[in-house]
Amino acid sequence: MDGEELTEQETALYDRQIRVWGAGAQRRLSKSHVLVSGIKGTVAEFCKNIVLAGVGSVTLLDDRLVTEEAFNANFLILPDENAYAGKTVAEICCDSLKEFNPMVHVSIEKGDLSTLGVDFFEKFDVVIIGYSSRATKKAVNEKCRKLKKRVAFYTVDCRGSCGEIFVDLQNYNYTKKKLDETVECELTFPSFEEAVSVPWKPIPRRTAKLYFAMRVIERFEETEGRKPGECSLFDLPGVLKLKKELCEGNSVSENHIPDSLLERLVSGNTEFPPACAIIGGILGQEVIKVISGKGEPLKNFFYFDAEDGKGVIEDISQ
Amino acid sequence: MAALQQQSAIKGAKVLMVGAGGIGCELLKTLALSGFEDIHIIDMDTIEVSNLNRQFLFRRSHVGQSKAKVARDAVLRFRPNINIRSYHANVKNPEFDVDFFKQFDVVLNGLDNLDARRHVNRLCLAAEVPLVESGTTGFLGQVTVHIKGKTECYECQTKPAPKTYPVCTITSTPTKFVHCIVWAKDLLFAKLFGDKNQDNDLNVRSNNSASSSKETEDVFERSEDEDIEQYGRKIYDHVFGSNIEAALSNEETWKNRKRPRPIYSKDVLPESLDQQNGSTQNCSVTDGDSVVSAMPSLGLKNPQELWGLTQNSLVFIEALKLFFAKRKKEIGHLTFDKDDQLAVEFVTAAANIRAESFEIPLHSLFEAKGIAGNIVHAVATTNAIIAGLIVIEAIKVLKKDEDKYRMTYCLEHPSRKMLLMPIEPYEPNPACYVCSETPLGLEINTRKSKLRDLVDRIVKAKLGMNLPLIMHGASLLYEVGDDLDDIMVANYNANLEKVLSELPSPIVNGSILTVEDLQQELSCKINVKHREEFDEEKEPEGMVLSGWTPSPATNGESASTSNNEIPVDVTESSSGSETASKKRRLSEIEPCNHKKETENVESEDDDIMEIENPMIVSKKIRVE
Repeated sequence: MDGEELTEQETALYDRQIRVWGAGAQRRLSKSHVLVSGIKGTVAEFCKNIVLAGVGSVTLLDDRLVTEEAFNANFLILPDENAYAGKTVAEICCDSLKEFNPMVHVSIEKGDLSTLGVDFFEKFDVVIIGYSSRATKKAVNEKCRKLKKRVAFYTVDCRGSCGEIFVDLQNYNYTKKKLDETVECELTFPSFEEAVSVPWKPIPRRTAKLYFAMRVIERFEETEGRKPGECSLFDLPGVLKLKKELCEGNSVSENHIPDSLLERLVSGNTEFPPACAIIGGILGQEVIKVISGKGEPLKNFFYFDAEDGKGVIEDISQ
Repeated sequence: MAALQQQSAIKGAKVLMVGAGGIGCELLKTLALSGFEDIHIIDMDTIEVSNLNRQFLFRRSHVGQSKAKVARDAVLRFRPNINIRSYHANVKNPEFDVDFFKQFDVVLNGLDNLDARRHVNRLCLAAEVPLVESGTTGFLGQVTVHIKGKTECYECQTKPAPKTYPVCTITSTPTKFVHCIVWAKDLLFAKLFGDKNQDNDLNVRSNNSASSSKETEDVFERSEDEDIEQYGRKIYDHVFGSNIEAALSNEETWKNRKRPRPIYSKDVLPESLDQQNGSTQNCSVTDGDSVVSAMPSLGLKNPQELWGLTQNSLVFIEALKLFFAKRKKEIGHLTFDKDDQLAVEFVTAAANIRAESFEIPLHSLFEAKGIAGNIVHAVATTNAIIAGLIVIEAIKVLKKDEDKYRMTYCLEHPSRKMLLMPIEPYEPNPACYVCSETPLGLEINTRKSKLRDLVDRIVKAKLGMNLPLIMHGASLLYEVGDDLDDIMVANYNANLEKVLSELPSPIVNGSILTVEDLQQELSCKINVKHREEFDEEKEPEGMVLSGWTPSPATNGESASTSNNEIPVDVTESSSGSETASKKRRLSEIEPCNHKKETENVESEDDDIMEIENPMIVSKKIRVE
């Protein structure tokens, strides 16, 4: 094993979860470093989950100043204007997270995600990108892929009551037990850019509609120069027009993406807290799996829609 | 528009949460963030260190305080303008009656035991308040919606009884570590430190005197001035040595079994332990605020380490000594508690020594504690997900969006690509004795069984009634309540000791009983059928209730052993005892086909899984 034993204090605190994933996994968790950027409701949920689980460190990146809008769905920000005035979201969330588990090192970094160099990401085992543009996601994903070590890369978005998680683990080996044997498995993940530019035509028809709908919105925000999540019902005509173009370009029928779904996505600029809890929970679970090396990771998209209540994994690669 | 409607439904709602633990903390947070403004929360528990890894509203400085109260205060910090009312109380208390429940628009359960779940289910049915029920274990979880007359109630599906083991498996022929744990905890520990008047199947007679007279002294009696270590060795030699030897003399038993090996203290331990370890005198250093433990003086630190026979024997003697030296006053009143370090040490050591005898693999203190304490595996993520799903269902209930109600399973392995799998809720089961009026059937020896047996084993243990009343025709045979006068109480107590057929209104073959619980407003009929004989092994209670819980697996041997055989329904069963109808339903939805793939549990043993289930374990494994 990884040498050191868990301390008595750790064994007592983590008792119930060690019973789920074992002491070895707990040790690996305590040595892992996670970078988190873009802290809205879903990411706040995720942060809570991994801090409780006992990772080694969490580094927060979010230079937005705290405004009233920021504490919608985010329980890490207390609505006390005297306390948050002039502070960034990362600073305030950092203070709250520290309280959840004194054994985890929580800190902040400043700077613009898209301009940080490759070296910056080397310190981390896991990178989570919340609420970023398609360009930023792509840029960070490429930097992570340039590193010698494997950095597990995730993006997460929640729009209204729908959410998407994207996972890139590059080449990932894991073991799973089949009957009494332990089987070595290997998965190869496409990059973010590859995964979002797969032609639509060959994708099975029963694939979650959210995959396509999110691509439309993502593209709309990019061409209109919007910040992620900055759409409203007024944009619906433009979004539907873009959908038509994209569907035609991919030679699929327009019915491929229901208008009602796009309507929900453009008007869902505030997160639905139960969806945040669910998506942040699934993301937490995935990161724990990957750090501990236990269990089959999800490949490579996860969708949740509170409307039908399904939480679905889609493997979309060329 | 729809969003506005939703917001007003949420704002105007008054909700009751039962449980402020793992699910409860997440639920209260998500409710508050979602805009709920009037939340009541009941929880009888106080905060413990092992809660802190997931019950994120609690801090180390809160240990010992009321969960409901601390959770309330924590959530008010980020949503100061909402109304949260906390009750540090048992939901079964009489103040939480049907009228209390009627004030709520929906009840949300985040409970950890079957008993309270059934109680809340009945109150919700009586008060006609929708119930959203939930449960998690490890990475598995589920949420269900129960609305009187529309969907099945929590008890429409049979819930397996807490696992019981045949007496002889525990007392003489253990084959699994869990059998040794049950023996150490419910027999040996109870005999040494518990109520002396309790029935106990442990053999207490020493070999040599057994033949002489019936009045032989109990080996467990300690004379006034008997040295504690000598006493400990005497117990050791008796239970691990001569009792095994006596059992070996019965050749019939061992025909097809491995013969156990008697173990005596002199063969394992040095003559005197006092020099070797400072023991009771020296360990006063750890006295005071810290807990009494046998481990430090023996140089044992890591609870996950496997101890050999000698170490277990040392722990056994040392823990026993410490009970007499440091906790003398409690002896005679102790019941096993998983949070009692010394008790866990003693039970671990005793179970391991017995396991050694029977060539059963030994276990660490950490593992033994999990088995003995029926400890629930729990992680924050599953609770967060389940809490999110509860709120989604609660909102549908408030909007009366009946077509959209779902029961949802949270899976560890995807099934048909789904990790979260919603299913349409089922209609009420017309044969459910709780939400319909179908009578139960009871086979019982009416000439032998007493009313007390009926009350304890059926009405309380199986039907889960809290304040029962039993009527036969117009005659009231038994009743519990605060408002009874002395004469009535005396009367009822006298009835309890009477054989059924000799009651003032005799219960015989064909009698129909009415059993009611006034607090739960539950009433059901029982058709009595007289039966002369019962199989002691298969029907140890001496009575069979039908129309209730046909749990086929009451015996550890026949139960499944894999974690993942809990296919998707966590509150149902970890022991393969789903009813046929349940199986059919599960196959309809093609549940995960990963029954044999276990990858999450490295430190676990199959034995643990057999009794591990937060929803179905009772406090005590019954050994009758």
